[in-house]
Amino acid sequence: MKRNIIIAGVLALAAIGASAQNINGAGATFPYPIYSKWFSEYSQQHPSVKINYQSIGSGGGIRQVSDGIVDFGATDGPMSDEQIGGAKVKTQHIPTVLGAVVPVYNLPGVSKDLNFSGDVIADIYLGKITKWNDPRIAKDNPGVSLPDKAILPVYRSDGSGTTYIFTDFLSKVSQDWTSKVGKNTSVKWPTGIGQKGNEGVAGMVRQSPNSFGYVELIYALQNKMSFGLVKNASGKFVKASTDGVTAAAAAAAKSMPADYRVSITNAPGAASYPISSFTWLLIPTQSTDAAKTKALKEFLGWMLDHGESEAAGLSYASLPKQVQDMVRKTIAQIK
Amino acid sequence: MPVKPAVSVVASPAAEKTTPSSPAPVSPVREFLNTRGSGRLADTSFAALMLACACSIFVIVLFIFWILIQNSHLSLAAFGWKFFTREAWDPVSGDFGALPFIYGTLATSLLALAMAVPLALGVAIFLTELCPRPLRAPISFLTELLAAIPSVVYGLWAVFVLVPIMRDTLGPFLVKTLGWTGFFEGANFGVGLLTASIILAIMILPIISSLTRDIMTAVPHSQREAVLALGATRWEMIRIGVLRNSRIGIVGAVMLGLGRALGETMAVTMVIGNHPEIHKSLFAPGYTLASVIANEFAEATGDLYYSALIEIGLALFLVTIVVNAVARLMVWAVTRGAPSRAS
Repeated sequence: MKRNIIIAGVLALAAIGASAQNINGAGATFPYPIYSKWFSEYSQQHPSVKINYQSIGSGGGIRQVSDGIVDFGATDGPMSDEQIGGAKVKTQHIPTVLGAVVPVYNLPGVSKDLNFSGDVIADIYLGKITKWNDPRIAKDNPGVSLPDKAILPVYRSDGSGTTYIFTDFLSKVSQDWTSKVGKNTSVKWPTGIGQKGNEGVAGMVRQSPNSFGYVELIYALQNKMSFGLVKNASGKFVKASTDGVTAAAAAAAKSMPADYRVSITNAPGAASYPISSFTWLLIPTQSTDAAKTKALKEFLGWMLDHGESEAAGLSYASLPKQVQDMVRKTIAQIK
Repeated sequence: MPVKPAVSVVASPAAEKTTPSSPAPVSPVREFLNTRGSGRLADTSFAALMLACACSIFVIVLFIFWILIQNSHLSLAAFGWKFFTREAWDPVSGDFGALPFIYGTLATSLLALAMAVPLALGVAIFLTELCPRPLRAPISFLTELLAAIPSVVYGLWAVFVLVPIMRDTLGPFLVKTLGWTGFFEGANFGVGLLTASIILAIMILPIISSLTRDIMTAVPHSQREAVLALGATRWEMIRIGVLRNSRIGIVGAVMLGLGRALGETMAVTMVIGNHPEIHKSLFAPGYTLASVIANEFAEATGDLYYSALIEIGLALFLVTIVVNAVARLMVWAVTRGAPSRAS
């Protein structure tokens, strides 16, 4: 009799263990708000699956999923060939949503949104354009009276996907930038001062007259900041919006590689906003736990069917239709 | 001549009085000790336990050191000990060196000490020797309250209050009065080494002042009375009777403050400008060891980059050890054999 009770108890425990499938992920902070919304909604609709996500940063996400510590990773910048070669666990990049970076500035007396060409932004951070009334800034902004004041460039001091996207764009539009600085989550800034986080850069710019900085589009939209327009590859000045970002992704979809490691900064197309990027989940291609992989694949399917439509509510740009179709096929191939 | 009532000395005569006045031939303590068997086992195990506690400090320090060395081996192999004297920090090309960060850490901490120590000593002297009784509790309470404020709050206050003051008022004033020294050159945006030093000085002030006050309070009143009886002024009494007797403790308090200044991260990051370069001007942005770790660790992609950041941690560890060792040597050199003399 006693023995039967124990067996029943063990079985019950086993049943509980089997019913709640725990999936652990870690990585990028930029998509954290939408990921946590998705994961909690998915768990409500599918009580048998619980997805835990820690926003420890892209670098940590790549390291942990490559070492097999977590079941999936997330990153704002695609993994380098070197990182892929060194990884113990091979992963597939899956794009989820898109982000963008916008220029912000504090110029007392100028109320109109300013236009910036990519090479002008690069030269501001290279220390070549030092005054607001530089002829090259004036050329992009006819009719605006710019002050004869020194520009204070402000950058992100913490390593971030935002900096990666921004420097990736500058590398594409400026030869000098490529040779002197390059692109990474943090770089050797030739001039300016660093502030931590979007809020640090935004706070510094708001406080310091004649400063110039860059923040995530979502941050600017949610805080109702005004920001500048950026010239895209077609020569048009575009004001950033979630639609403009999705347009840039759609323009890049035609040349999308199978591993999705693609940069869509300075994308072609008149409507494309040039400083945009995907953010990716890193899903192991060869799973060690079939049940987990199955649950993860089901979640990715749900994300495409339901999740993407929620992106706009949190100011994220959703994947364009073409890319969604591609991702669906890729998910089917994960074993 | 105002002689202060002896408050701290009251405890010992009171204790003496109770022991002889108890009439019982066997005191309760003696009774307890008699009923409980031999103390040999208890004494040895107690000693062993305390030794284990003391050794745990060694183990923790060695463990930290070992982990830091082990995790930074890539960067140690790539740059060797030159890492600590190189000025480069370029995550893109993988070129790393710690010198600008070591400079920033030492410069801000020492400047902060230079500002905070005289102020803290003044606060402590006032509180122990000169303060009217009703004011003493509120001032002590406020200094201790300052110590309890989280550093991010100091950082926010610095960004919103100190930075504009530096940019618009204090900075131009310093250029006008002390511009000739060359320490106040270049553009002043309100953030930089000087702003970081000021916020650090404010943060370490309560630690140094409250410890110093406690140490000064512990100086026996007979010392003060003796010096006063010889005809000393108030200041001479403080210098000869109080400061001389408590100097080792004061150095200890300063070292604790320095320790906090060296390791402080958040508040400094928010106002130092985070630009790894070495400038003579105090208006120029700088960078500290603790700040660069806090800023770049989470997104450090690439093994060498990660390793270099760990080695920055090693550098901070070594800087702290060296600074502490130098301070101990200085204390030893100053106090060696020197009695408490007036000169």
